[in-house]
Amino acid sequence: MGERSLRSAYAAGVIRISPVILGIVPFGLVAGVAASEAGFGPVKAVGMSMIVFAGASQLAALGLIVEDARLLVIVLTALVINTRMIMYSASLAPHLRGVSVPGRLGLAYVLTDQSYAVSITEYAEHPAGLSDRVAFYLGTATPLWVVWQICTLIGVVLGASVPTTWSLDFAVPLVFLSLLVLALRDLGTVVAAGASALVVVLGASLPYHLALPVASVIGILAGVIFERLRGA
Amino acid sequence: MLTDWEAWLVIVSIGAGTLLLRFSFIGLVGRVERVPEAALRVLRFVPSAVLAALTAPALFRPDGPIDLTLGNERLLAGLVAAGVAWWTRNMFFTIGAGMAVLWLLQALT
Repeated sequence: MGERSLRSAYAAGVIRISPVILGIVPFGLVAGVAASEAGFGPVKAVGMSMIVFAGASQLAALGLIVEDARLLVIVLTALVINTRMIMYSASLAPHLRGVSVPGRLGLAYVLTDQSYAVSITEYAEHPAGLSDRVAFYLGTATPLWVVWQICTLIGVVLGASVPTTWSLDFAVPLVFLSLLVLALRDLGTVVAAGASALVVVLGASLPYHLALPVASVIGILAGVIFERLRGA
Repeated sequence: MLTDWEAWLVIVSIGAGTLLLRFSFIGLVGRVERVPEAALRVLRFVPSAVLAALTAPALFRPDGPIDLTLGNERLLAGLVAAGVAWWTRNMFFTIGAGMAVLWLLQALT
């Protein structure tokens, strides 16, 4: 397996992720605008995008900052949203066996919904050696990382000058809505989403802005119970 | 709003916690051979449940109280956007359609 093979595996990853990149441009811009609404300047906004690098949790945390939620609730909510990373990590782990521990830490850092989805599909369709698998994965992950930072920066710089009459805050739930539609794969996931939406809407007055984590957990349980009942 | 110190504390805490979640099984590989089936059955529902909780309040109670009337412009715009998301599976078109319907309804009222 030569350098040439690695380069073409990396390029294959870049090509496969490029349609997805177009989709994260508005997501990154919205994250930047949301950061500016939360009182973040360019350094903190891009710092957050580099250190966290997980859009949905960034947007949710920034929204809670605007609402003056407790720090612990902000962190807890963001981490509940990112629990799904455990699932991606579990699914990718066997494909990355053999990489050094610092190497795996680096690969884990750039793990996103998009890189996971594209890579796991590729590994199933075109089995390849470890170095090629890693190169392909990095080909999906590194362009996303770069575009995410650039879009955050543009968003936070522009954010301060966007008039509120444009209602650009509505772009945030629209981002979540489009991700939600992609996540609805079968009846079980629809039940989980429906239960969670119902609880979050009815429970909006839960103390300390805990409606989101509480609703998420109830939605997940509803999905599990539904599956169990249907299977039995 | 947060002080500088609080903002960085929040950012670093979320970043460190998220890195642990991402590293979890990738880090354990070799020590744990298989992911427990029960864990995967639960985690499977995380994206849909979390994303629904993130979306619903902005559509069903945009100004605080629950509003299921035709006067709720954001709910109508959201329903159109959901349809566009279903058809196109594209975030660009979804945001575009949702914002366009919202601006149209706001211009009409």
